[in-house]
Amino acid sequence: MEAYISLFVKAVFIENLALSFFLGMCTFIAVSKKVSTAMGLGIAVMVVQAITVPANNLVYHTLLKEDALAWLGVKGVDLSFLALLACIGMIAALVQILEMILDKFFPALYQALGIFLPLITVNCAILGGSLFMIERDYNFGESVTYGIGSGLGWALAITVMAGVREKLKYSDIPAALQGLGITFITAGLMSLGFMAFSGIQL
Amino acid sequence: MSDLLNDETKKVLTEPLVENNPITLQVLGICSALAVTSQMSTSLIMALALTMVTACSSAAISAIRNHIPSSIRIIVQMTIIASLVIVVDQLLKAFAYDVSKQLSVFVGLIITNCIVMGRAEAYAMKNPPLESFIDGIGNGLGYSLILIIVAFFREIFGSGKLLGMEVFHLTKDGGWYDPNGLMLLPPSAFFIIGLLIWAVREWKPKQREAVEFKIMSISHGEEGGHH
Repeated sequence: MEAYISLFVKAVFIENLALSFFLGMCTFIAVSKKVSTAMGLGIAVMVVQAITVPANNLVYHTLLKEDALAWLGVKGVDLSFLALLACIGMIAALVQILEMILDKFFPALYQALGIFLPLITVNCAILGGSLFMIERDYNFGESVTYGIGSGLGWALAITVMAGVREKLKYSDIPAALQGLGITFITAGLMSLGFMAFSGIQL
Repeated sequence: MSDLLNDETKKVLTEPLVENNPITLQVLGICSALAVTSQMSTSLIMALALTMVTACSSAAISAIRNHIPSSIRIIVQMTIIASLVIVVDQLLKAFAYDVSKQLSVFVGLIITNCIVMGRAEAYAMKNPPLESFIDGIGNGLGYSLILIIVAFFREIFGSGKLLGMEVFHLTKDGGWYDPNGLMLLPPSAFFIIGLLIWAVREWKPKQREAVEFKIMSISHGEEGGHH
């Protein structure tokens, strides 16, 4: 149990996908103008991440890994080079299914999250999470923890960023630094703040 | 081949370098731009890989653009891009294993790099293959330019080296330069790109963003009181 808690904390703070691996930066910069929108996107990312990482873990371990097809009686087959294609296909399909389920059973939630779902398919944080899971060879339990943790970390980062940006309107910024430039520098300072977690030993 | 370098082609090739740079103006593909830039060698490989994938995928998508039903075009584009990225990934593993280890998941993340998808969607779906190919190369070069500038500063100030060769003599070997550790850490990439955007926009005022909230001038209020 301790190992899972440590992995969770590590995924949320120490190895924050947005601020220490720069994943999902395009949406991180583009959708962080208002706290409410940023929080909506953050929750959507967390939900999708919590579903896709374990799902990709199952696909990888039962179909693609070296000798994974042994249960079919096929030996010595290594399909791990197909992992990229399988992961992105899985993500695209799951996001599509999630969209349909939300639309059918939870219309209110669909209204709130619906516009973000197509954005999420091409969010590097989602694919990155699955690829890190493969690279670090997590088992199923770890992949569930990592999925939830890394999604939460990303949501936290974008919400904080939006909070800072809302206050930026009170500051006098040089004309050429307006918008994108100051956003980058703010993100850099936040990233510096998150580095304070890196000393934590669990 | 004679019309390969006519004005239109030249424009498509050079515009993304500064005028319409994918990173500093269109805000596309920053994810990987930040993560792989702590060394020149990894950035060069990454830049090359991305340029190849963008150019080839734009050409391929453009070649079949009239046969793709629009409702499933995203998944078709994604499959083409993912296949090309797998080829690049396997090539790197075969011929440059160390670099591919350093790049870790970021080669795979070319699939979701917004530049590739963005060019496929915005340019290749409307233009013939050759132009799309050149457009892909142009945008790849715009991306490479930023990547190389950032990597140059991070490597030379962070470890006193360029492409692994010593430029500044380090204090720990009895030289004069004390490396700046911050440059090797993630935040420095944000600062360098932020400052780069500032510099470009100072130079090309057309790229500046509209100010959303103007700071009100308050100086006249006090002066009025004296008279």
